[in-house]
Amino acid sequence: MLTRYIARRLLLLVPVVFGVTLLVFFSIHLVPGDPARSFLGDRATPTAVAALHREWGLDRPVWVQYWLFVKRLLHGDLGHSLFYQASTVSLLKSDLPVTLLLLLYGAAFAVAIALPLALLAALRPDGVVDQAVRAIGVVGLGMPGFWVGTMLILLLALDAGLFPVAGYGEGFGQHLRSLVLPGLTVALSVAPILIRSLRQGMIAALNSDYVAFARAKGAGPATVLLRYGLRNAAIPAVSVLGVNIGFLVGGTLVIENVFALPGLGSLMVQSILNRDFPVVQGITLVFALLVVLVYLLTDVAYALLDPRVRLG
Amino acid sequence: MSTPSLELVPVAPTTRRARRRRLPPSLIAGLAILGVIVLLAILAPLVTSYSPTQQDLNDVLASPGGRHLLGTDELGRDVWSRLVYGARTDLRVAFLAVLAPFAIGTVLGALAGYFGGWLDAIIMRVADVVVAFPFYVLVLLLVFVLGPGSGSIVIAITAVSWVSYTRIVRGETLVARSQEYVLAAKVGGLGNLRVILRHILPNVITQAIVFAMSDIVLDLLAIVTLGYLGLGVRPPTPDWGDMMASGQQFLSTHWELTTIPGLAVALTGLGLSLLGDGLADALRPE
Repeated sequence: MLTRYIARRLLLLVPVVFGVTLLVFFSIHLVPGDPARSFLGDRATPTAVAALHREWGLDRPVWVQYWLFVKRLLHGDLGHSLFYQASTVSLLKSDLPVTLLLLLYGAAFAVAIALPLALLAALRPDGVVDQAVRAIGVVGLGMPGFWVGTMLILLLALDAGLFPVAGYGEGFGQHLRSLVLPGLTVALSVAPILIRSLRQGMIAALNSDYVAFARAKGAGPATVLLRYGLRNAAIPAVSVLGVNIGFLVGGTLVIENVFALPGLGSLMVQSILNRDFPVVQGITLVFALLVVLVYLLTDVAYALLDPRVRLG
Repeated sequence: MSTPSLELVPVAPTTRRARRRRLPPSLIAGLAILGVIVLLAILAPLVTSYSPTQQDLNDVLASPGGRHLLGTDELGRDVWSRLVYGARTDLRVAFLAVLAPFAIGTVLGALAGYFGGWLDAIIMRVADVVVAFPFYVLVLLLVFVLGPGSGSIVIAITAVSWVSYTRIVRGETLVARSQEYVLAAKVGGLGNLRVILRHILPNVITQAIVFAMSDIVLDLLAIVTLGYLGLGVRPPTPDWGDMMASGQQFLSTHWELTTIPGLAVALTGLGLSLLGDGLADALRPE
């Protein structure tokens, strides 16, 4: 049953992945004017522009270009960055770990922040804690992530000197320390969403018959909360985190720039400023495939945890 | 034998007016906050005494107070002026960036839900592809392709966020399509266009409006973030994101340059969120 569910889910991915490659490929044709000239600048000679046209394949018919793009993609070739004089794939390979580590950090911090707050809020719906948590969430959602990051730098790095102001450091230990503030920043922007759904799940769980039964047979409040409430609220929370992976990725992308971290987000913004097409296209593609993959894993995990999904 | 009496119990005269709920407090608070900000933005020339772009290299990085209410930036421009004119820029772009996807997304959602079939299939498959990209990644790609500037920002955000409106309105339309009042309208001989415009849209649009109010907060943040990354509204047009980016270099000595525009964004975001929550409460059917 599960294999059939996964197979069906994979089949649904085919048109999405096809569309993603199509959109990424055709984005270069949306550029007003000539993308090669926009990279080389106004003073480029016609020969140089023509050479870049050949390099990017812009002198071939569009459908041939797309076919070549997909063919190269299947061979793991995302083109060549003219700015860095390196293959796009090698650039992505060196920067991807930073981004993935920051994503993990952010997700872990977000859960660590959201879980206790959601539990406290769900204990007394509309109580003082609940209202305070909700108010902080509303205020927090209106704050730009990069600004929150800057304020954390101001308070915890510049004034208190607890963490490095920016950069990634040398060695794994320093990496971990350098990522604390960025991770916290990413987490703070996702936490309100996570708290909201965890709280709702907890309240629904605590009002259910099985919790009433557990209470009736004498289970203590802590047992009820953790064994019965949390367990059942955790499933939707995991999927909320999965569904919001795009939000999380967007957060890391911006926050990397605040803390000058050598990840894909910084590389993307730099390459946009350099007008380096292959790199921007490559990063866009990687991020989209990452999101699609996480959606898939979320759905499969959900189906594993909840049999109703795969039977329905 | 007494039969169960069916006599009318005198009902208290609950007129419509008496039953109408009071306005939610968050709606009032949100309106108040936003009202002040919008008013300041509209009256910008009246409430500022310096031009937002006028540089004064003899008076750079002045502290708040004194001749300049909130001080000056690294080029000697008045921070208060830039803040107020920045509200003009960012609110205008945010408004357009929510209006366009709202209109386009609603139309596509109503068409997809009402007609179904291949039209529905095409629209929803395209939506699936757009959703596969993280919001910021696709917006950055499109701004990159179209070049910086407020027009590109509006187009980029529209191209990404129409999907949410389409999904919401499509779902609501699917429900409304089989309701009796719609069937009655169809049997009555009304054309498809008239049924959609007069009978379906008015009933499905509430959810889209409620979503738009939370969407505009995200759009405002996106606009400011693009400005911060150097990909937003073109300088010297004042923009809160650009103000924070240039203030960051002076964080250790002039932290107010970064803090003040951030607080302006947060306050605007709060006002919009409260307004959205209040509106959702007020529009929710009893």
